[in-house]
Amino acid sequence: MENVTKEVWVFIEQQNGKPADVSLELLSKGRKLADRLNGVLKAIVLGYNVKNVAETTFKYGADSAILIDHIVLEKYRPLPYSRMLNKLVNENKPRIVLFGATVIGRGLAPRVASNTLSGLTADCTDLQIEDVTYLKQDYKDLLLQIRPAFGGNIIATIITPDNPVQMATVREGVMEMTLVDNPKTTKIEPIKFIEDSTDELVKIVEQYHEDNKVNLKTSSIIVAGGYGLGTKENFQLVYDLAEAVGGEVAGSRAAVDAGFVDHDRQIGQTGVTVRPKLIFSVGISGAIQHRAGMQEANKIIAINPDPEAPIFEIAHLGIVGKAEDVIPNFIDLFKHKLK
Amino acid sequence: MFNSIVMVKQVPDTANITGKVMKDDGTVNRAKLPAIFNHEDKEALELALQVKQKYGGTVSVITMGPPRASDMLKECFYMGADKAYLISDRKFAGSDTLATSYVLSEAIKHVGKFDFVFAGRQAIDGDTAQVGPQTAEKLNLSQVTYVEEIENIKNNVARIKRKIDGGQEVVEAQLPILLTVIKGAKEPRPFSAKKIMIYKNAKTLLDLEKMANENSLLYLDELVLEYKDKNLYIETLTTSELSNIDESRIGLHGSPTKVHKVESVVLSGGTAKKIEPTREGIGALIDELLNDHILG
Repeated sequence: MENVTKEVWVFIEQQNGKPADVSLELLSKGRKLADRLNGVLKAIVLGYNVKNVAETTFKYGADSAILIDHIVLEKYRPLPYSRMLNKLVNENKPRIVLFGATVIGRGLAPRVASNTLSGLTADCTDLQIEDVTYLKQDYKDLLLQIRPAFGGNIIATIITPDNPVQMATVREGVMEMTLVDNPKTTKIEPIKFIEDSTDELVKIVEQYHEDNKVNLKTSSIIVAGGYGLGTKENFQLVYDLAEAVGGEVAGSRAAVDAGFVDHDRQIGQTGVTVRPKLIFSVGISGAIQHRAGMQEANKIIAINPDPEAPIFEIAHLGIVGKAEDVIPNFIDLFKHKLK
Repeated sequence: MFNSIVMVKQVPDTANITGKVMKDDGTVNRAKLPAIFNHEDKEALELALQVKQKYGGTVSVITMGPPRASDMLKECFYMGADKAYLISDRKFAGSDTLATSYVLSEAIKHVGKFDFVFAGRQAIDGDTAQVGPQTAEKLNLSQVTYVEEIENIKNNVARIKRKIDGGQEVVEAQLPILLTVIKGAKEPRPFSAKKIMIYKNAKTLLDLEKMANENSLLYLDELVLEYKDKNLYIETLTTSELSNIDESRIGLHGSPTKVHKVESVVLSGGTAKKIEPTREGIGALIDELLNDHILG
């Protein structure tokens, strides 16, 4: 395609002047993609009194930041945010635009894609740039948007070959956050917010944040339970083991769907990606989307009665047995040995 | 009185996949999979039905899919939907979320005036959560995603509780608005036995065409009128009815995202070091973890 830019944009989500982790992770990934393209990395910051957020982005690799600062943008609302982003993307045609796959990103990115007629791939677990031959045509430097699909039975590589703008969302924790040693001298490009009669169609009247948000990402020991535990009562074994070893409780998607454990503890492609020192994987079969969220753990101990369970493929240590038998023994012996 | 349009989708039961379901072009061979009513869409329908019960109005459901999606539309009738639309045309096949939202937005314009467009947050076959917001953008509508509850509607403003990252939010949204509903919002009501008796006989245009073809005494036009009269007609929208559709924006070629490569995931048990599930085995494991300072 002719006349495509070499700009990589990352939408920076922020709350009360603090950028979201996922946005900083995407800057780190965006830096690599921009280098591969010999292009530039731009942070897109919208909010109110968020100049400091724009400055923070330079520490994570941004070459410059576009800043739209206005009181209407103080809290995220779909219309004013999407209206401004639509305009920016339509006018500048960045080659790549990345969003965190958060509640905000998942509401905003599709609107921008829809308006600018761009392709958008959700929940990518990897992003690469490569030359591609598709339907006998050669394309240079396309963004490969890689994600498990279809219940984890396949890993799909998605491309948007004929569009000037390629868009993707990525979950928190999937990409690694890296601080830049010597941030370059950088520039903030302020863009004027234009008010619109549609800005106040949705008003936020109350907002609550739970203080004790589970932070699986920073836990060094995790005990994760799956659907194989059978019942919510049996899932208690996971809590017992976590308590004994000082770990945090997590679950597979199937366990979350079955109501054994809360969604904010879900590990995997559509949950959190973790890299703990140690993870116990209890009654988890090991579907690809789950593995995407935990396979970089330093040590994986799988407990599963099915010797053919795919979790044993990535586990370092495997115990073929029922959680009901293994875990009480483990806890008992562990307490005994600690003394 | 509020009129709602609910976007629903019949999805392959991804939790129960067997055999080869991917076609060579990388798209899914849906014909090979058991099809179910996407649960979050069902909850969206439940919310729409509750709005109707409380404030009056109508509930129409629309789906884009193959003819067999009419089974799900019948289920919508069993729950209490007033009208159902099947958007079905071979030309729509292979549409990605952008092309799908384009077709849906044109179909919604065809259906007519509304106060609410409802959808499930996402469908279990792709989990993208894109079609709702993409459709809202095309209809120039505002949106509230991750909806848990509609607390009330006053003076054309809906007070809505929604989930946000790490918490909850209450918003007041001017109608018309598009809402996407998350799992656990409202348990869908069971089917009404009386409604099953009536609507199990509902027919799409394609069903009626088949009847007319199989029996030379029946004429399609008359059948359509008859089923419309009995309120048993599932409106069928093709590119002929949705004549404003730009055909370069639909189907596989109208979709910007393309599947470049698909790798089947071959799962097998395997390479982990085996620990015996005995006290000795587990004890040795704990010793190892303690020695390596991974535990303790």
